[in-house]
Amino acid sequence: MAEIDYLQALNQAMDEELARDETLTIFGEDVGGVKGGVFNATQGLAQKYGDERVFNSPLSEAEIAGLAIGLGVTGHHAVAEFQFADYILPATNQIISEASRMRYRTQGDWTAPVVFRAPYGGGVGGGFYHSQSTEKVFMGQPGLRIVTPSTVRDAKGLLKSAIRCEDPVLFYEHKRLYHSIKADIDPDEEILTPIDKAQVLREGDDLTVMSYGMTLQYVLQAAEALAKKGISTEVVDIRSLYPLDKATIVAAAKKTGKVLLVNEDNQQGGILGEISAIINESALFDLDAPIQRLAGPDTPAMPYAKNLEKAFLVQPDDVQAVMEKLAQF
Amino acid sequence: MQKEMTMPRLGESVTEGTIVEWLVKVGDQVAEYDPICEVQTVKVVAEVPASFSGTVKEILVPVDETVSVGTPIVVMETEADADADASDDDQTTTTPAPTTTQTPATAATTAAESTPAAETTTAGPRFSPAVATLLSKYQLDPNQITGTGHQGRLTRKDVENFVAQRSQPQAPQSTPAKTVAQAKPVQSGLMGRLATDTVQPASSIRKAIADHMVQSKAEIPHGWMMVEQDVSDLVKLRQSEKAKFQQLEGYKLTYFPFFVKAVAQALVKHPRINSSWQNNQILTHHEINISIAVAKGDELYVPVIKHADNLSVKGIASEITRLANAVRTGKITADDMQGGTFTVNNTGSFGSVASMGIINYPQAAIIQIESIRKELKPTPDGLGFKIADMVNLSLSVDHRLLDGVAAGGFLKDVKANLMQFKPGFELY
Repeated sequence: MAEIDYLQALNQAMDEELARDETLTIFGEDVGGVKGGVFNATQGLAQKYGDERVFNSPLSEAEIAGLAIGLGVTGHHAVAEFQFADYILPATNQIISEASRMRYRTQGDWTAPVVFRAPYGGGVGGGFYHSQSTEKVFMGQPGLRIVTPSTVRDAKGLLKSAIRCEDPVLFYEHKRLYHSIKADIDPDEEILTPIDKAQVLREGDDLTVMSYGMTLQYVLQAAEALAKKGISTEVVDIRSLYPLDKATIVAAAKKTGKVLLVNEDNQQGGILGEISAIINESALFDLDAPIQRLAGPDTPAMPYAKNLEKAFLVQPDDVQAVMEKLAQF
Repeated sequence: MQKEMTMPRLGESVTEGTIVEWLVKVGDQVAEYDPICEVQTVKVVAEVPASFSGTVKEILVPVDETVSVGTPIVVMETEADADADASDDDQTTTTPAPTTTQTPATAATTAAESTPAAETTTAGPRFSPAVATLLSKYQLDPNQITGTGHQGRLTRKDVENFVAQRSQPQAPQSTPAKTVAQAKPVQSGLMGRLATDTVQPASSIRKAIADHMVQSKAEIPHGWMMVEQDVSDLVKLRQSEKAKFQQLEGYKLTYFPFFVKAVAQALVKHPRINSSWQNNQILTHHEINISIAVAKGDELYVPVIKHADNLSVKGIASEITRLANAVRTGKITADDMQGGTFTVNNTGSFGSVASMGIINYPQAAIIQIESIRKELKPTPDGLGFKIADMVNLSLSVDHRLLDGVAAGGFLKDVKANLMQFKPGFELY
């Protein structure tokens, strides 16, 4: 066993898959060479596997996505890194109109087995262009999977599964998790996390909280604090943002009848509303309180000034207060 | 004052219990929640805690006697004060008829004392969907339950706790009236008895099994269908995985979890099979909870794999191992035994190749997984033969609810699901 952080887990996943799958290439802005990406996620891989498999791309996101899709169609696997999830928008047409539709459009003859890695999220003083959550832009595009790991183990296991998946996968990584969470992972263990399943991280019977990313960490901390007050919380890591794992979501909602949904993105038009609709359709008569959302305000993300950045982001104290109030409802 | 404690309800659909052992005797001081006796209900032995503190005055039910839920079993002398007496009187006048003779549970007493003032000022309480559903299902009077939510709101947990605690609940509406005869009690004169024959009374578990079988066969017109399936790939898959699995998980990888998985997946597409015919109504279960038969000596237990459709093959294998161990060590709980919606029976483990299962009442169907055996089968091109691993799947259905079309469609999907198990299939 060795203790690694979230970023090292991602690096191990790509390292292992490069060794296993000779068709796999990894590229993006600053991804190759000695640098290994702006966050160093691919550090050491260009030296180990050569410049033809791990390399730098031009500063052109549409081209990065298009190259990945072309490789996929010709029988390769590819991991394309967008330096920040904020930069992904120029590639939207490639991702939605081409990658997501490939299998459907060709009746399964062609696939685009591509992973688009995208570091997202705020709280790093990054301002408008380095802090956004863009998952709701891509939500609800059949053919495209959106996943995000929120534990170290999943960072490794989900990325490996995503690379092996025959569908295009948009892989969101919360920047603040890169070095803030660590876990003991056996480097020899082959971890392959199912790509379409939510996960119950903590069991409880007073209320159910579902989240992903940085806010999930706050939920887990609050659940621990509330346990000391006798409040028992079921915590679900959504993990697969699209398609959503209805069975796990509905079962966890039915278990307590009180549901809180938390994410960092704006409240309206996002993942949380969709989860709420699923619960409403399948668990109404088990609900004991209105389904609640705790999310960012409906203003553009994300202010640069420290006080305003904090005002935008859901804070740990907010999470705990809302959870406690719901438990007492 | 003297108070009677009654036989509690030890699980959903449990209507009676047999005293196995008294843990207290006359004159003993008993504190609230102390175990006072052990009770055998259908297939589970449970300790019964005292509902209140006091001194045992009289034991009303001797060991081995079976009484129905709500029957007084012990009389205790309590040191109740005047306040408690007063609220007891309240309770007796407001409680519906069936509970008038029994002592109120502690929770009900506090309910009478601490009804929140906030609620009386509004036009009337509003209930969440969950609370409204439970109140209607158990036909409860909300005024008898203490609300612990915001401003005294009645929460789902309040109602669930109340249902679990009250010692003589009315049967939920969905439970069918027991109309059919139980197995007839043993006559004193035994037919066909020879001089050297011996006689012994059946155990309470054997009697419970007998009643259950008689009720199922008498009420349900059974229809029967059998199909066969080539599972050569499944045999190869298990062969390649079993050594590693045993080493990793510490228990054997058998064929059974694969069949449970295939059945659970098929049930998702065939809710009609996962249902129950009751009083000319069709009760459709949306949970897929698979009952499995586990033998322990002469006794047959039917524990339940909850939400089997959410589990991987490994998840099902682990649950089967846990339930089987719990049965064998006597640790099985009432919760493990209830909530089943469909039964998968592993008759193949006895070498059976065809059998007609009796439906696990009140479910709608039962499937028997028979032995896997080698057979010579024509190759797909029709020009030669191969040795194939074949299995028979026997399905019994409630013919009031299901016809040949439904049974055949379901079995077709089970067969198709079995084809997914081939080398390379992900067990986890």
